[in-house]
Amino acid sequence: MSANAMVKAEGVHKSFGPVEVLKGIDLEVAPREVFCLIGPSGSGKSTFLRCINHLEKVNAGRLYVDGELVGYRQKGDKLYELKDSEVAVKRRDIGMVFQRFNLFPHMTAIANIVEAPIQVKRESKAVALARAEQLLDRVGLADKADSYPSQLSGGQQQRVAIARALAMEPKLMLFDEPTSALDPELVGDVLDVMRGLAEDGMTMVVVTHEMGFAREVGDALVFMDDGVVVESGHPRDVLTNPQHDRTKSFLSKVL
Amino acid sequence: MTVDIEKTGPDDTPPPPTQPEAIKAIPVRHYGRYVAAVVAIGLFALIVYAFSQGKINWGAIPDYFFDDRIVDGAWKTLVLTFWSMVIGIGGGIILAVMRLSKNPVTSSIAWFYIWFFRGTPVLVQLFVWFNLGLVFETINLGFYQDEWSDFMTPMLTALLGLGLNEAAYMAEICRAGLLSVDEGQSEASHALGMSQGKTLRRVVIPQAMRVIVPPTGNEVINMLKTTSLVAAVQFTELFRQAQNIGQSSGAPVEMYFLAASWYLVMTSILSVGQYYLERHYARGSSRSLPPTPFQKIKSTVFSVRRPKGVTA
Ligand SMILES: Nc1ncnc2c1ncn2[C@@H]1O[C@H](COP(=O)(O)OP(=O)(O)O)[C@@H](O)[C@H]1O
Ligand SMILES: [Mg+2]
Repeated sequence: MSANAMVKAEGVHKSFGPVEVLKGIDLEVAPREVFCLIGPSGSGKSTFLRCINHLEKVNAGRLYVDGELVGYRQKGDKLYELKDSEVAVKRRDIGMVFQRFNLFPHMTAIANIVEAPIQVKRESKAVALARAEQLLDRVGLADKADSYPSQLSGGQQQRVAIARALAMEPKLMLFDEPTSALDPELVGDVLDVMRGLAEDGMTMVVVTHEMGFAREVGDALVFMDDGVVVESGHPRDVLTNPQHDRTKSFLSKVL
Repeated sequence: MTVDIEKTGPDDTPPPPTQPEAIKAIPVRHYGRYVAAVVAIGLFALIVYAFSQGKINWGAIPDYFFDDRIVDGAWKTLVLTFWSMVIGIGGGIILAVMRLSKNPVTSSIAWFYIWFFRGTPVLVQLFVWFNLGLVFETINLGFYQDEWSDFMTPMLTALLGLGLNEAAYMAEICRAGLLSVDEGQSEASHALGMSQGKTLRRVVIPQAMRVIVPPTGNEVINMLKTTSLVAAVQFTELFRQAQNIGQSSGAPVEMYFLAASWYLVMTSILSVGQYYLERHYARGSSRSLPPTPFQKIKSTVFSVRRPKGVTA
């Protein structure tokens, strides 16, 4: 199991200046697993996700994605920082979905989706467009291909953002509170798309406050607080029978 | 009406809203506006009268308005404006990216450049370029060598002087534009595996354009007028041609008015261009774009033609 983990963190530390945000994270995400991260605001969940995708540099410890060290190359016992271009190559295989969608507002939905495949993977326009149409259909927005993000609801934007990430055919998808910025009635559509992805066997790391989704779809769950993993296990166990006081008090507030 | 309400009564749907009577109020009278208009017209008439009585031979202006030399000068002014702005915008983008880069060397170079070129008058810069022959007697680019005075033609002096100075101003405009784009945008782009260069070109700069274009339009219009300075370094553009004609024909002041009219016509045309460019870069930023003047005229005409009852 541990040899072929999709994500493996060993004592991951991350500081911003004097502030230590991650204080030694250990965890493992198996392939095809839906791995949920929960915890109070400011506990370091986003920072950890951003480390996985090289958007932040780890200060200490080791972080592996699909067996490869994140951010550095190891030669003997020396670590070399990766060049920007090498980092960009690694990011291709990791899809990321943001709380605030971050669609490119000057491009239509379908242009958002084909952008990276054409620019980064040098796919032909026809191939990229055909896949983008399939993806739009899959997230239930086949009729919105030519809409600009400003003409879409939050839920629709987030589904386009998911399609955009999927267009790079990633082996791992990271979700950072994908439904937190949405009106309650729009949350369901986005979660349905994520559920579908999980059923298709996508490896997913999901930061979420949707405990229903975690319980139903999640394979593993970690409760983080103040930069450390407080408790982990199967979502059903952690959510219904938390062991730690901090977990209990957090769950009593969100459930 | 009442019959309808009784029909829908059982299933609890609210009655259709009755149309309230349109308000017909007497509008506020803006007497101040009439007074201001009368005063303005009066003043304008006085000024026109004063000028018409002056010793100015107005007839000379139409005589020379489309003189070959004037048309050629205006064309040179446009060409110079265009290429100076190309240098200015290109240089400005490069300087802005340099200033925002994490590399301390490149960002200090950009800072120094902007500091120098913004801190000295463009007319002085033009003279410096013109007289650089005192420093460099010859130029040798390996594949090209020449006397400095032959190399540094009035055209090149003008281009370098105006373009390099403009780059410093454009750099600040571009920097403001780049900074106006949400950080989440480059983050999303990087997360898709796009390189820093691609992120800039495909994601950040197109969005920064919305902030960059309006002040750049002003810069173009400004540049068109500033080109008149290069008359001082022997470049015969519109203003210098007008001056030349003025001296030879004995109507110098008339030719200044002629030049002013040409500049006014050209800046007005540029303003229209700017309007459409701004619309282009507003794409996707607002749900519906404001109508163009042409669309406005069209819709007015149509709404006038449309019979009263049809308008909803
Ligand atoms: N770029 C940054 N610079 C400084 N502090 C940061 C930065 N990013 C996050 N932090 C801090 O790190 C802590 C954890 O943030 P975050 O990972 O966003 O938490 P969460 O996603 O769990 O709410 C917060 O206290 C936040 O202020
Ligand atoms: Mg967060």
